Amino acid sequence: MDFDQHQHYSPHIPSKSTVSIVMVKVLLALVPGIIAYIAFFGWGVLVNIIIASMVALISEATVVALRRQPVLPTLMDGSALVTAVLLALALPPHSTWWLIVVGTAFAIVIAKQLYGGLGYNPFNPAMVGYVVVLISFPLEMTRWNPPLALADMSMDLLEAFRFSLTGVLPARMDLDMISLATPLDVMRTKLDMGSDLSSIMSGNGIFGHLAGAGSEWVSVAFLAGGLWLLYERIIDWRIPLALLMAMTIMATSFWLIDSNYYASPLFHLMAGATMLGAFFIATDPVSASTTPVGRLIFGAGCGILIYVIRSWGGYPDGVAFSVLLMNMAAPLIDYYTQPRVIGQRSKNS
Amino acid sequence: MGKLYTFPGGIHLADHKSVSTQSDIRQSAIPERLFVPLDQHIGPAAECVVSKGDSVLKGQMIGRVSEFISAPVHAPTSGTVIDIQKFPAAHASALPSDVVIIEPDGKDEWQQRSPLASYEKMDPSELRNIIRCAGIVGLGGAAFPTYIKMNPVGHNIGALILNGAECEPWITCDDMLMRTHPGDIIEGAKIMRHALQATRVIIAIEDNKPQAVASLRSYEGEYEWLEVQEIPTSYPTGGEKQLIRILTGRDVPSQGLPLDLDLVVQNVATAAAVHYAINNLQPLISRIITVTGPGVKSPCNIEALIGTPMSDLIELAGGYTDDADRLIMGGPMMGITLKTDATPVIKATNCLLVQTPESQRDASATRACIRCGECVKVCPMRLLPQQLYWYSRSRNFDQLQRHNLFDCIECGCCAEVCPSHIPLVQYYRFGKSEIWKKEQESTKAGLARQRTEARQERAERIKAERKAKHAKAKAAKAAAGDDKQTEIKAAVARSKAKKAEQQSATEKL
Repeated sequence: MDFDQHQHYSPHIPSKSTVSIVMVKVLLALVPGIIAYIAFFGWGVLVNIIIASMVALISEATVVALRRQPVLPTLMDGSALVTAVLLALALPPHSTWWLIVVGTAFAIVIAKQLYGGLGYNPFNPAMVGYVVVLISFPLEMTRWNPPLALADMSMDLLEAFRFSLTGVLPARMDLDMISLATPLDVMRTKLDMGSDLSSIMSGNGIFGHLAGAGSEWVSVAFLAGGLWLLYERIIDWRIPLALLMAMTIMATSFWLIDSNYYASPLFHLMAGATMLGAFFIATDPVSASTTPVGRLIFGAGCGILIYVIRSWGGYPDGVAFSVLLMNMAAPLIDYYTQPRVIGQRSKNS
Repeated sequence: MGKLYTFPGGIHLADHKSVSTQSDIRQSAIPERLFVPLDQHIGPAAECVVSKGDSVLKGQMIGRVSEFISAPVHAPTSGTVIDIQKFPAAHASALPSDVVIIEPDGKDEWQQRSPLASYEKMDPSELRNIIRCAGIVGLGGAAFPTYIKMNPVGHNIGALILNGAECEPWITCDDMLMRTHPGDIIEGAKIMRHALQATRVIIAIEDNKPQAVASLRSYEGEYEWLEVQEIPTSYPTGGEKQLIRILTGRDVPSQGLPLDLDLVVQNVATAAAVHYAINNLQPLISRIITVTGPGVKSPCNIEALIGTPMSDLIELAGGYTDDADRLIMGGPMMGITLKTDATPVIKATNCLLVQTPESQRDASATRACIRCGECVKVCPMRLLPQQLYWYSRSRNFDQLQRHNLFDCIECGCCAEVCPSHIPLVQYYRFGKSEIWKKEQESTKAGLARQRTEARQERAERIKAERKAKHAKAKAAKAAAGDDKQTEIKAAVARSKAKKAEQQSATEKL
């Protein structure tokens, strides 16, 4: 009997894992955080996610078709959706539609596909998209709505859609109601003005028990999703652990030096995008370090940079810049952190 | 019981072993025609010494060796050489090689064989030579000439490790041999231990083969040098370097050999083959093959003559199922696909695995590497498979070497766990062969110089060793005292007398 005349390569065992499964699990792990976000801050974030996802799929399909590659299998790998959702979560809820379109399209077309698509992008596409709109449209990027508990009124899903697409607010609301600074922003502004920490925290309703009211619970939900990813072995523990440890060490040191001027480590861990960044953004395998030791260095670098940017930089949060800076260093880190191969006497470089 | 160690990485696979261990080892009849390739081992092919029309006897050498790393080939039964043709080899390269086609006469008549002295009375070098002439190669699948590994070259061998791990899924030929012929393995172990002057013999078996462990353990009381070690089941424990690490906690140096740790590793079936060669005067002309997989109706183990077409074995295993669509020689992790079952069984054929569409992976589902690092976690050599892949693809050979490509044992763990389904090992083989090619082209002169230097060094070393040996012998002689001297004198006198006698005899003529 004759068989297929083409040589098939080992292993000859059906494989269990696929890229699609990895991406779908990442999306699933984001669900608790998204639900908490909606619960505490209203429907705006869901509008972000829906618009970003559509733009991501359309831009990915367009570029892949232009590159004459199979469109459907590429879309099915789920990576474009992950990029879209991460970017949507990073943008202020109730962002204008074109802001989301510009960020997402840049992330997919420029940061991902022009480098060769999934697996070839040196930078985290979602963070490239985020930084592009942050630098290009600084004003729009500072309009955050307060937690629902503090707001007199909020938009339902349809109103949120209409606002994003047309800029028309429901008659009962005005723009000030959705143009607040974030807790991290308030904290740094007030600290710069010379207020001490406890009075800042107690004097403003946007702060909660540890960090931002509501947002601290969103952080907890992202932490839970991240832990599930660790349990499922979708992400490696090294990057999130090193990131959180480095940030804790930095924050604790400065807090011990002057607890009136430097926020507590718990505040830094639960505020802003720390948890989202540690478990979902810095762990993007394509653009992060890939060696075991390299991942520790990569995570720690991100943690340190986030703290430095928050404390002394020009932006209230620094996850995106930190991750992108460490992306740049990743090839170098990988090169110098090769594990000692079995039987090799010393590391060769 | 020795302490066991672990190696990094590795994977746990469904073993599918019990499907082929339900029945006894079946005997394959002498086929209508035998197709005996001259290239069945690592190293250059054997040189054909028969021609069309010759009649051959069972065990007669039909391919001789001229190179150091090579193995002779013998006629598996008596008959007539009807042709010598080129066929694609049962090898990943599928390059054509010479095949001696024998039409058996059905008499299965052995060539003239004269019994040997007991192995205990033979010199190790003599044993090595018999093993070489018997065409014995590693039967675990790699088919490296055994006699080369039987030379301790100045090392005091601490342990001979007999590898009965058989860590690849589906394969059970070693398991069945250990269950049914433990005595043959022990006899082989005795000979190999003597040839290597090894202190101990450790037989290592994965703990998913309790019957094999039990059957060999029954010999443990008989020989104080023998130890049967049960090791945890994990792939690739049967890799030479991994097995040594499990048993001793030590690592074979990169580019080095187990010999560097005063160890020798041989497969259990190879040990049995050594026993057959020395005690039964039977060169390597048959072997046990596992015929298994979802694509055969009655999976089993078969003892068949080298050169038997694989289709005969499939038939003996009940034939193909309706959905059989791929034939693999070797295990699912490192085996190669074959284009036809007309391919003959060779010394390296430990398993024929017939798969169905559901039991294999879809090659079209390959996607880009996302650098997830799953491969790093499972690599037993602690390499960075994703980086090796990246540099193989971009033909960055300097970086490949800097990332220790040549330490890769090609076990396939990385490819197995890859979510992008990339045939990673294939990329490493490509990288290795490209680097070899480049080195061959660019440093021929350099190599020649190195070789000369190495030869000089070797010559000097041998000289020094010989000197030391002489000195030792002299000392021993001195210790032995006068009676030896008188004995020698007597011998000299005897030979003188004989010579004189001969001389007178010739003068008489």
